[in-house]
Amino acid sequence: MTNTTTPDAAESRAPEDDSLQTRGRTRSRLTQNAQPRWQWLVVLAVSAVLGSALSALIGFNVAGWLIFTAVLHVVITYVITLTRVNRRRATDQLWRNLIFIAFLIALLPLVSVIWSVVSVGVPGLLAPGFLSSDMQGITGTVDEASQTEGTAVLGGIRHAIIGSLVITVAATVISVPIGLLTSIYLVEYARGGLLSRAITFFVDVMTGIPSIVAGLFAGAAMAWFLGTLNAVTGLFGSMSSTMGITAAVALSVLMIPVVVRTTEEMLRVVPNELREASFALGVRKWRTILKVVIPTAVSGIASGVTLAVARVIGETAPILVTAGYVVNTNWNLFQGWITALPVYIYRQFVNPTSPAFSEPSHQRAWAAALVLIIIVMLLNLIARIIAKVFAPKTSGR
Amino acid sequence: MSKRIDAKDLNVYYGDFLAVEGVSMTIDAQAVTAFIGPSGCGKTTFMRSLNRMHEVLPGARVTGQLMLDGDDIYDPAVDPVTVRTMVGMVFQRANPFPTMSIRENVLAGYKLNGARISRSEADDIVERALRGANLWKEVESRLDKPGSSLSGGQQQRLCIARTIAVKPDVILMDEPCSALDPISTLAVEDLIAELKQEYTVVIVTHNMQQAARVSDKTGFFNIAGTGKPGKLVEYDDTSTIFNNPREKATEDYVSGRFG
Repeated sequence: MTNTTTPDAAESRAPEDDSLQTRGRTRSRLTQNAQPRWQWLVVLAVSAVLGSALSALIGFNVAGWLIFTAVLHVVITYVITLTRVNRRRATDQLWRNLIFIAFLIALLPLVSVIWSVVSVGVPGLLAPGFLSSDMQGITGTVDEASQTEGTAVLGGIRHAIIGSLVITVAATVISVPIGLLTSIYLVEYARGGLLSRAITFFVDVMTGIPSIVAGLFAGAAMAWFLGTLNAVTGLFGSMSSTMGITAAVALSVLMIPVVVRTTEEMLRVVPNELREASFALGVRKWRTILKVVIPTAVSGIASGVTLAVARVIGETAPILVTAGYVVNTNWNLFQGWITALPVYIYRQFVNPTSPAFSEPSHQRAWAAALVLIIIVMLLNLIARIIAKVFAPKTSGR
Repeated sequence: MSKRIDAKDLNVYYGDFLAVEGVSMTIDAQAVTAFIGPSGCGKTTFMRSLNRMHEVLPGARVTGQLMLDGDDIYDPAVDPVTVRTMVGMVFQRANPFPTMSIRENVLAGYKLNGARISRSEADDIVERALRGANLWKEVESRLDKPGSSLSGGQQQRLCIARTIAVKPDVILMDEPCSALDPISTLAVEDLIAELKQEYTVVIVTHNMQQAARVSDKTGFFNIAGTGKPGKLVEYDDTSTIFNNPREKATEDYVSGRFG
């Protein structure tokens, strides 16, 4: 009975059954649908050979070869299984192969992005002073010398990393309290009224705001705010609205809906029993939320926030229009232009430092892209670690 | 300390829906009172109205009077939080706080309220509450382990310890043994018998043997049909309810002829 409950079991038993037979014992009479475990490998090899032959007919290239191989593999497996076993098993194999191919196709862009960025970006990243210097003093002549005479590519991304860091931290500081408090209102206080439905609706709308719109909004809002402030107080007249904090506001417009959504989910999965247990001990509602609900959900909240940060740190357009682009390091959010990493990449590609000799600029752009990917990956890793570390110790029995 | 509860013509509503109608009863101090009845008959709802826990649900409200030693707990000027510090509650499913250790769970009533207590005071409270819940010997050596590392029966006794740690006057228990095995049930029942020396205990149970074993008085709730309000059909000494009930419905229910 156990032999036939699943086709997999039957399949994996097949070689064993063969060896049993050679020892003179009869194969279980319940065994059926057995295919050798190595069948797929053989079919794949045959498909690859046939595929290369077929693609050679129309002019060989790797992509065509892979496509022919995949199609042939699916078809041959189906036909063999159909003739040797039965229709149900053949259909199962067909869909299994198709789903596997879909998975490979989905993986393709990811792997190729990582591969191209790493392979092109590593030389720039290893260039001396790439992480520790900014672009001050790097002129077209310097780049020309690098490209024509082979001197080291100078210039770095210190200012861009610092810019991204301060802008993103400021955006997080703005968004997390607003997002957290909004979701606490939605989950703990709102009782399905008009206000909560309106908030949910507008948060959904905000999720879909194009990032450039957020940037334009933040720039315009900050200009208006400073203008009004100047009109009222007479101070701040010299302040330009192009500065780090404006970019942080633009990013927080993008971050808040993400934080609200993830935090809301996390607060909703906190069991009601815990709230009731706390109430039954005579604990007030705000203390229950602060000391029971949030600590129980904190791992999810923290990883949700980290993922939101990872999402906005790669934004280019809103920062370009709000914080501008400079070559020197600027730590001050409230004064002067700031460069962020994505903006740096964009500028190095589109406006190379030396238009005629763009290779050094491109090398720096690729290396900066690699750094950006590494930062995002680290943030994802941190989110996972946070989720693990802060998770309530539910078991351990 | 333990207090008596008098309900006078109490109606409990969820929005416009009348869930429990016209309950008048006196729950004695230092005794165990059991509520029995079919599912959906309002016994849990009525019990949750005893410490204003039903108000957690939107739209829930109460009419009538509910006196705790002569003080109306539904007076508009009464803070529900005050009521809940006096009337503790143990739930159907054990619900220790997952983020806290066993020790912190027992102290939750103090810690969550931000009370400052010295280390030695806290140790006293923890030991007294855990001894009171018959759990001390089992967890003495691992007070810093998470509360959820205990077995189901131990978790339920931990929740009882957490409730008695804040010294309430009344302890409400909502089917405290329905998720426990017979041995853990026995442990909790023994505990209930001890708790009534100091507290007023109210227990909701589906297990009639349990009601007969642990309670001094029993109230039988019933419901006329779906959508109708639940009512207190009969309330008397436990022995009377089980051996010689006045109402036919009670007799049918306790003898198993119901439904």
